[in-house]
Amino acid sequence: MAIQFDPIRLPPNAQALRAEVRAFVRQEIEAGTFDPNKGAIQAGHSAEFSRKVGAKGWIGITWPKKYGGHERSFLERYVVTEEFRVANAPVGLHFTADRQSGPMVLKYANERIKSDILPRITRGECCFCIGMSEPNSGSDLFAANVRATKCEGGFKVRGTKVWTTNAQHADYMIGLFRTSPSTKENRRHGLTQFLVDMKSPGITVNPIANIGGQREFNEVVFDDLFVPDDHALGEIDMAWKQATSELAYERSGPERFLEISYLLFELVRVLGKDLDVRSAEGIGRLVAQVHVLRRMSVSVNGMLQAGKEPVLEGSIVKDLGTVWQQQLPHRARDLTAFLDGDRHDREVFDRFLAHATTIVPKLTIQGGTTEVLRGIIARGLGLR
Amino acid sequence: MTDNAGLIADTTVRIFRELSGAARQEPLWNALEEAGLTRAWVPESLNGAGASVADGFEVLRIAGGNAVNVPLAETLLAGWLLGHAKISLPDGALTVAPVDPRDSIELTAEKKISGRARAIPFARQATHVVALATSAQQSFVALVDRKQCELSTRDNVAGDARDIVVFKNVAPLEIAASAVSFDSIMLMGAAIRAMQMAGALQTILDLSVTHANERVAFEKPIGKFQAIQHSLARLAGEAAAAIAAAGSAADAINTSLKFDEAVFLEIASAKIRVGEAAAAGAAIAHQVHGAIGFSQEHALHRYTQRLWSWRDDFGSESFWAMRLGQLVANNGADALWPMLAAR
Repeated sequence: MAIQFDPIRLPPNAQALRAEVRAFVRQEIEAGTFDPNKGAIQAGHSAEFSRKVGAKGWIGITWPKKYGGHERSFLERYVVTEEFRVANAPVGLHFTADRQSGPMVLKYANERIKSDILPRITRGECCFCIGMSEPNSGSDLFAANVRATKCEGGFKVRGTKVWTTNAQHADYMIGLFRTSPSTKENRRHGLTQFLVDMKSPGITVNPIANIGGQREFNEVVFDDLFVPDDHALGEIDMAWKQATSELAYERSGPERFLEISYLLFELVRVLGKDLDVRSAEGIGRLVAQVHVLRRMSVSVNGMLQAGKEPVLEGSIVKDLGTVWQQQLPHRARDLTAFLDGDRHDREVFDRFLAHATTIVPKLTIQGGTTEVLRGIIARGLGLR
Repeated sequence: MTDNAGLIADTTVRIFRELSGAARQEPLWNALEEAGLTRAWVPESLNGAGASVADGFEVLRIAGGNAVNVPLAETLLAGWLLGHAKISLPDGALTVAPVDPRDSIELTAEKKISGRARAIPFARQATHVVALATSAQQSFVALVDRKQCELSTRDNVAGDARDIVVFKNVAPLEIAASAVSFDSIMLMGAAIRAMQMAGALQTILDLSVTHANERVAFEKPIGKFQAIQHSLARLAGEAAAAIAAAGSAADAINTSLKFDEAVFLEIASAKIRVGEAAAAGAAIAHQVHGAIGFSQEHALHRYTQRLWSWRDDFGSESFWAMRLGQLVANNGADALWPMLAAR
């Protein structure tokens, strides 16, 4: 299979937008809306910040104007995403809705729901979570078994989702529920995506602490939750057909290689200008990796902008980006091993390093495990 | 790319399909020369073909994908240097010197060329050497008859010539002051090798996938085993990184008028990342092929041995990483993201 990653450059309008976003970030840091050094360590959520970003017009930037969007390009969205990411800005409340839930609603919800929810997302007032994994279904998505049973006017939902990031903040979930048994011919059959109002009765959100003691994800229990008919997104039983382009967005974004970029920047700072050969080479190799990952990621977003569905390419970017990020804390630790503690102020660096070391195991699990991604790539190569 | 791009690429593919891998190199070289591909980067007014930088890189990608063992890339680079110095392109194969930052060639007061240059690719096969000589900080491009030089033959691990060339007060056939510095030769050469390696990585991926689908073991094609699938997925990732990196560097050169910091980032990163991909990718390709891929008879080694060798030409990963690291450190931590995000 001929691999293609065209050299896409960000157009002038995207780079002009970058200058605006940087000015905004500087201003918000000065105003004390967020602290970039804290943002590196704590998953950032700020209702005030999300509302300000919404007011700027930077959420749902590619969506139709009639739903509060701005009909701008994916490459402009790309710039906003990466500038907020490297600034460790608290985008947690709107990021998921902007990246994938909003586009799902836009594609599959009815007019009334779209007119209600999408403008709220673009104002930064509406937080989404994704209900995929279950206690007995993770990477094997099609084993999902939270049941949505048909009832008068809608569905009754019973069961448990786990590892649900942001469920404690979310206004809505897009949940994957079983509406029919799978069939012998197609084990992916029988699942449906639903829009769930997280404020409805019948939902309990229980926190699950991660290995760093932080509360990012949750267990979500549905006990006869009622979901109206028109909250089904797409065809009943046919969710497996709907995932493709959504996954390309989810997997190729700059967050897949910039999640712990603060550590690289701080590494450069703490090593200073007077580098020995080993440090210089070490920094050079890390920068080369980031540069190439970014070129690949921009290229995939160029394909998305051109209306393609680069599922294979997106999977490659996520695989390479997350595996590389997983090595970064260990490389950074090696490269600072002989730093003179009296000459170098490494307090911030050490804090970042400790945090990054702890969080990197999740990068190759969330949003498609390495193993699932390599299966997709192998299929693209014609091996499956 | 220009309108000619498709035609040029088709011609290149056809020539290599028919003639690469042959025991004798002359037919391949003659066909490339006849098609004008060796003259791509020289203006028509200087006996060249006047193709774009992008077209030339496309030829090099295809050549790399066929484990090119004739001085096509070197002749393109030499022609590029001659073109910048407004010297007309001679017939025959060319090479370039120096290609190692530890070497330098001097232009003496008597307008003679003097110096020693190691690892000169295909010096034995070349009719002329295009030398970059310096005199009082000024660079000169000199066209030298290769027979006037002393040669100590050396081979790289692929068996291709990487000779030591000694110039002892050689009178050049042509000489002209040049705005192109030694650094530019290293950058252009690194981008060229990165593109050849990207092509070769695509080929070893294709060879490995084909082998995995055909070779039966434990009662099924080995490509059906998850362990093999995941190895090949990793190889695809490395090939993809190489293709993206080399393609981006070539595009940066094609659209920039000078070798500025942005182009340096592109080329240095490409040579580093493609070199890393070569090591990881070649190891996977050999592992998937098993013993047959380790035999002289099988084609795989023609690509893997060149992948290993090409890493050393025009600056290794370590060389470029050190320079890139020093640049990043000198600019300071706050300048790193703006540099990465500039385009």
